[in-house]
Amino acid sequence: MATEQPTATAAGDQTRIHNIGYRSYDGPRLGRAYARRSLYSQSLRGAYGLGRSAKSKVLPMLLFVVMCLPAGIMVAVAVATKANELPLDYTRYAIVLQAVISLYVAAQAPQSVSRDLRFKTVPLYFSRPIETSDYVRAKYAALASALFILTAAPLLVLYVGALLAELDFADQTEGFAQGLVSVALLSLLFAGLGLVVASVTPRRGFGIAAVIAVLTITYGAVSTLQAIADVQDSSGAVVWIGLFSPITLIDGVQSAFLGATSAFPGGTGPSNAEGVVYVLVTLGLIAGAYGLLMRRYKKVGL
Amino acid sequence: MGVTVIATESLSKRFPRVTALDRLSVDIGPGVTGLVGANGAGKSTLIKILLGLSPATEGRAEVLGLDVATKGADIRERVGYMPEHDCLPPDVSATEFVVHMARMSGLPPTAARERTADTLRHVGLYEERYRPIGGYSTGMKQRVKLAQALVHDPQLVFLDEPTNGLDPVGRDEMLGLIRRVHTDFGISVLVTSHLLGELERTCDHVVVIDGGKLLRSSSTTDFTQTTTTLAIEVTDTDDHPDGTRAVRDALHARGVTVEDGSGLPGAGHVLLLTAAGEETYDLVRDVIADLGLGLVRMEQRRHHISEVFKDGDAARKEAVGHGN
Ligand SMILES: Nc1ncnc2c1ncn2[C@@H]1O[C@H](COP(=O)(O)OP(=O)(O)OP(=O)(O)O)[C@@H](O)[C@H]1O
Ligand SMILES: [Mg+2]
Repeated sequence: MATEQPTATAAGDQTRIHNIGYRSYDGPRLGRAYARRSLYSQSLRGAYGLGRSAKSKVLPMLLFVVMCLPAGIMVAVAVATKANELPLDYTRYAIVLQAVISLYVAAQAPQSVSRDLRFKTVPLYFSRPIETSDYVRAKYAALASALFILTAAPLLVLYVGALLAELDFADQTEGFAQGLVSVALLSLLFAGLGLVVASVTPRRGFGIAAVIAVLTITYGAVSTLQAIADVQDSSGAVVWIGLFSPITLIDGVQSAFLGATSAFPGGTGPSNAEGVVYVLVTLGLIAGAYGLLMRRYKKVGL
Repeated sequence: MGVTVIATESLSKRFPRVTALDRLSVDIGPGVTGLVGANGAGKSTLIKILLGLSPATEGRAEVLGLDVATKGADIRERVGYMPEHDCLPPDVSATEFVVHMARMSGLPPTAARERTADTLRHVGLYEERYRPIGGYSTGMKQRVKLAQALVHDPQLVFLDEPTNGLDPVGRDEMLGLIRRVHTDFGISVLVTSHLLGELERTCDHVVVIDGGKLLRSSSTTDFTQTTTTLAIEVTDTDDHPDGTRAVRDALHARGVTVEDGSGLPGAGHVLLLTAAGEETYDLVRDVIADLGLGLVRMEQRRHHISEVFKDGDAARKEAVGHGN
């Protein structure tokens, strides 16, 4: 009770402040949807280190710069040389810089969910009006938005640059729009996979390693197999093998439907019919990731 | 008892291998209520059910008149919860963390910040609230945990073992704070502990469970005030070679019944009498002064809750080493 009794001698000021009467709260309580939005914005800011220590800003900001820098250079070159097209398609940009994107997911997915598991903060969330689905949606949407910012920002740089270089407006706008759809899909897919992997381990280091493994090992394996299939002239196999890594999945979807040139060996992406399978698998993975996260957090409970 | 804050009716929770709660029926009113039981007695399980986070296997429960099975979200808007385990991220400050938790309870941004500042001050955190929690002592961390449970001004808080890991001073401060949560803030409290002794000073009401079963539920005044006893020990003098006896006779002459404290340390030299208020103390002091004896000690021997429950492991453990 020592803190409660004001005495003339002991730390006068603090004790007096301490004794200002309790004020009850009669203001509004904004409920679940507001809490979910607050968690979303806190997590989104956190994905760029905002509202966190200076140290946690370094990596995401650095990756953001690395992501945008090539776009800036391309634009500068295009404007200076009065080129009549950009050196790289909007849809190809994320494919070329996939390593940077993977690194970002690997760093930020564990940051977003492993911390709450490791420090056992999750029960505090669920002791409030929000439900499992609110938590999962806020975290998923936040990481997907952060990834969208990371991948769409350089496209915006390219687009603005293309307009400054007075390239064809209709062409550029179409390409930019296709690029945005593609990176939106990529953001949802990568965020989902990253979060599922990270939510399994409270250890951040493991989370980072596991996310990198899932994103890059699958890509390595798939592109190796595709190269072998291509050498053996089996272009059908090249397409089906492409379903098994996240980045080739996006590549397939966009070369079938978003006017992109395929990065597959041989340069032939999926046909329209095959492309439908690509879209379905992509959407299935996104839904599956959401489902797995829900299951995971139902279990964590209190 | 007035209004019921928590009511359970034949509440059971069975896990595949253990029965954590076994047909528990209790009614708890406003004020500070202690929930006492040994490790594994089912205290935390009960809190999870009351928060609407874990379904009961059988029976029903209401918190603030809301059914836990169907109104979990409404209950969680009106109550606060302090978990027994660590739950604080080390790399953010207490202020940032509590503001965030206030918003998770639905408080608008400005209100969340104001209430955080108020609440942290009320639990006794000042300048340190801007530093990362990782550098806090256990006592400070417990205060932050308490603050996040109070920040949205709930009608009721569940405090799961808030004195865990604290030294005796920290424990007393935390218990004082808990008392104030009710007296000053007007918030009802359900506080768990496996130490029976520490709750008697703090609680208006104590519920004891063991193996998920209700052992006893009664108000602390029931056990303590009725048995308030004074223990007196005096010196001997040349005039009164047996001082103890002299005091007893003098008190008898004034109509006060006195027992000798057999079974207590110093038996034969200790007198026990039932205190009927201030007058008893004055009377005893006067009698001893008149006889010219020295008073070695005079103290209240409130029976501890632990002594009331002779059965149950916890009770036995707790009874050892107590007795004011
Ligand atoms: N999720 C669970 N699955 C299986 N058994 C459980 C689960 N949660 C609790 N139990 C068991 O239920 C019993 C009661 O546990 P509970 O945590 O409620 O006890 P407690 O009174 O809070 O104990 P403590 O003082 O150790 O915190 C214990 O035997 C525990 O092992
Ligand atoms: Mg417990």
